[in-house]
Amino acid sequence: MNALTALTLKASETTIPVVSPSDADGPFTLLWLIIALPLLGAAVLLLGGRYTDKWGHLLGTATSATSFVISLVLFVTLLGRDEGERQISQHLYDWIEAGGLHIGLDLLYDPLSALFLLLITGVGSLIHVYSIGYMAHDPRRRRFFAYLNLFVAAMLMLILSENYVGLFLGWEGVGLASYLLIGFWQHKPSAAAAAKKAFVINRVGDMGLGLAIFLMIVTFGTTSFSGISAMSGGATETTLNWIGVLLLVGACGKSAQVPLQAWLLDAMEGPTPVSALIHAATMVTAGVYLITRSNFVFELAPTAQTAVVIVATVTLLWGAIIGCAKDDIKKGLAGSTMSQIGYMMLGAGLGVAGYAFAIFHLLTHGFFKANMFLGAGSVMHAMDDDVDMRHYGALNKMLPVTFLTFAMGYLAIIGFPGFSGFWSKDKIIETALVENPVVGVCALLGAGVTGFYMTRMMLMTFFTDKRWEKDVHPHESPKVMTIPLIVLAALSVLGGLMLAGNWIVDWLSPVVGHAEHHEPPVPVIVLTLLTVAVVAVGVALAWFLVGRQEVPRTAPADVSFATKAARADLYGDAINEGLVVAPGKATVSGLTAGDRSIVDGLFTGGTTVLAGTGELLRRLQNGYVRSYALGILGGALLLVLTLVVVN
Amino acid sequence: MTAFWILAPIMVVAALGLLFVRKAVHAALLLAVVMISLAVLYAVLEAPFLFAVQIIVYTGAILMLFLFVLMLVGVDASDSLVETIKGQRALAWLVGLAFVVVMVVGLSQLTLGSAVGLDEANEGGNVQALADLLFSRYVFIFEAASALLITAAVGAMVLTHRERLTPKRTQPILAAERIRAYGETGAHLGPLPPPGVYARHNAVDTPALLPDGSPAAASVSRVLAARGTMRSAGLTDIEAIKEQLGVDPTAKPDAKQPGSEATDGKEDPA
Amino acid sequence: MTEYIVLSAILFTIGSIGVLTRRNAIVVFMCVELMLNACNLAFIAFARQHGNLDGQIAAFFVMVVAAAEVVVGLAIIMTIFRTRRSASVDDVSLLKF
Repeated sequence: MNALTALTLKASETTIPVVSPSDADGPFTLLWLIIALPLLGAAVLLLGGRYTDKWGHLLGTATSATSFVISLVLFVTLLGRDEGERQISQHLYDWIEAGGLHIGLDLLYDPLSALFLLLITGVGSLIHVYSIGYMAHDPRRRRFFAYLNLFVAAMLMLILSENYVGLFLGWEGVGLASYLLIGFWQHKPSAAAAAKKAFVINRVGDMGLGLAIFLMIVTFGTTSFSGISAMSGGATETTLNWIGVLLLVGACGKSAQVPLQAWLLDAMEGPTPVSALIHAATMVTAGVYLITRSNFVFELAPTAQTAVVIVATVTLLWGAIIGCAKDDIKKGLAGSTMSQIGYMMLGAGLGVAGYAFAIFHLLTHGFFKANMFLGAGSVMHAMDDDVDMRHYGALNKMLPVTFLTFAMGYLAIIGFPGFSGFWSKDKIIETALVENPVVGVCALLGAGVTGFYMTRMMLMTFFTDKRWEKDVHPHESPKVMTIPLIVLAALSVLGGLMLAGNWIVDWLSPVVGHAEHHEPPVPVIVLTLLTVAVVAVGVALAWFLVGRQEVPRTAPADVSFATKAARADLYGDAINEGLVVAPGKATVSGLTAGDRSIVDGLFTGGTTVLAGTGELLRRLQNGYVRSYALGILGGALLLVLTLVVVN
Repeated sequence: MTAFWILAPIMVVAALGLLFVRKAVHAALLLAVVMISLAVLYAVLEAPFLFAVQIIVYTGAILMLFLFVLMLVGVDASDSLVETIKGQRALAWLVGLAFVVVMVVGLSQLTLGSAVGLDEANEGGNVQALADLLFSRYVFIFEAASALLITAAVGAMVLTHRERLTPKRTQPILAAERIRAYGETGAHLGPLPPPGVYARHNAVDTPALLPDGSPAAASVSRVLAARGTMRSAGLTDIEAIKEQLGVDPTAKPDAKQPGSEATDGKEDPA
Repeated sequence: MTEYIVLSAILFTIGSIGVLTRRNAIVVFMCVELMLNACNLAFIAFARQHGNLDGQIAAFFVMVVAAAEVVVGLAIIMTIFRTRRSASVDDVSLLKF
């Protein structure tokens, strides 16, 4: 309890901004089109069938790109507005009318969703372009683009909705798209299983979100952000804590946070662009968006906020440790993603001081992680879809563009000074150290581990000796794949510019509130240097352990317990197996046995009793008409007797 | 009231007799007693028309129908009174007695008051009053009853009708059969001899005597012979006449010891 | 008037006991007739009690129906007797468990 109180963060010092959007006018009336275009693309590609095979990928890319253009126009328009007028809503139609409950299909466009729009449509479009090359030889490419478009539409619905129900619609939509895309190569049993796993674990989270929405409906009678942000002060703290914790469960499921993290590593069975788009840049960050968007709840729910911080801290270390031991390049990146989302959640959990940095890190992570995933895809493309880093090595010369862009992402993620990740992660660590030293130290440690595993990945892939499989002839990817890499690499480098002049913090303050600036106990520069030093230690460690030694082609078996645990995803699956699956199976088998013995027993036993009774009673049907007549006389007697008694 | 107290015990006893007599004919007769007594009670209860109907239709027609069917089925058939269904008799009596007791207890709780009487209703004559009702208010039921009767008549005919399975044996066929039987087995061709005709005794149960004084078996119905009710009074009659006439029996020179035959009164002619 | 009704009840019960205990179908039928007659007695007694001829009409119709019933019933007994050589109601007991 003491630890909890220690972790409980100062929250109520700032005023929580109320969402009060104005009606859409001018270019903002095009808001719905941003969602509608990719949805239309998905519908055409799915319904059009093989007639759209020839140009399906182009249509898919075009709809996404058009949405990006519209988002850009709206963003520029929004930039031109005053700070107080940056919330625009568009009412599409009344969706659910049930008694006193009115839920409309409303869209909300504000600084937060504006940034997300740019990230999703921008990175999404680049990944569409990349996929044209990556999926060129797949016979089902058109279907892939349909699913990608479906995903983009759902994700846009998620971030543009003005109420939680609309958000839930998008939330489920991305879950569906994620399922379809993870299992895109469903002929592989592992892919099909991974898709199912992701879907099932996400349902657990969705249940939390659903319950949170029900609780909001009960408490506030509405699910709109504007309504709840105006009324959240009136609810009891217990209620808000419950809502917050349930929202956190939802966020954990979607963002692969402990304890619902197990699906993300398996989700790498999907095509690499999917991993880049959905399982690195956008969908998995939806949990961070949810918590940031629900700041009006979390600010008044300190316990829930504490829970967010705990989950985030555990996850960021958990993911980082997993990343250290993985030989599968995509799984290594997935562990890294988990860890980085942990950083974002940490930022969001820190409250007003951290929301902006969480979103900032989300954006830069979207750039550099998408970049690295696409780079990994490019490497796999070169190595005949081999994902084992122990079969790579010395690829820097063979894949110069991939190498250089990957290096930009690498420098960004480890937080090399000047690169985008440096600015964003450094800010979160700094805020964490200020708000709570224990959490801050953990975050700092995570940064060091990040430096280690990313350097390990970089070295094993592009440096050290050649360990290629026979008949593998690495070659650089086509332009359609490298150009998105270059763009994303540039963004990875330059993403930090958003912090220039504290722009992103000011930009988001109408949504998440303006934080009192807490002066850290030591100068900021010291903290920054400390972070860099910790990262440098991690990098150096990797250099000595990996770069200076021969990398065996097969993973050594005689390794420490920690390595084994990390290779096994820190026994995440085993924990699920033990805590959920086995008891669940036991319950089911118990219920089945109960059904057989008790329910079926009652039924068959009951019928047996009835049959026995019938067997006895049928003796009454002896065929003698005089016996039946006796029955009639007995009945008459009873009737007369009743009459006499009643009268 | 006197009539009631006289008739009621008779009726109850007769009805109880219905339960215990072994022969169906006796049951029918006991039922006739009950019904005629009932008819008298109807008359007492100012229902002269129903009195007549009870006598004519019930006792006259319906009971006669019973007796007719009994004749067809067999007058002699008598019921065994041993119960075959386990517990049936005891239960029947138990339930029946309980029924009577309950009815009587129930009725004893009623106070009917003094009877209104039918003087007013029967003013223009009971039959006329009934006819008024029957052909006005109850005319549809009356018509339905007539339909029921027609249906019953047709139904009885349908039920008792027997399909002829073999061609009818006509007179020529029968004659041919008799001639063939005579040719093959020497069966008697002509009519059977009539029964004996005597001065003092003249009946179908007495066989005729052949010229040698022995009785002719074929002259008496076989049924009578089977029942053992046949008389053989012929010879005793001769003896009696002789005695009357004062003729000495011993004077008969060639009498062939008929006494041994005559003492055997119920001699089987077959 | 009650005594008539009591007599009617007694006759009815005797009739019903007869139906239950006798096995000759014809005697059973006679007992049914006895029950019908007992009812008629009640009808006629009540007609006089209430000064209303409707009871007599009802008894009249009972007689009509009884006549029809006897005709058909005896025909059925004849038919059964013809095939089974028996008028016992217990012999017709194949419709059972």
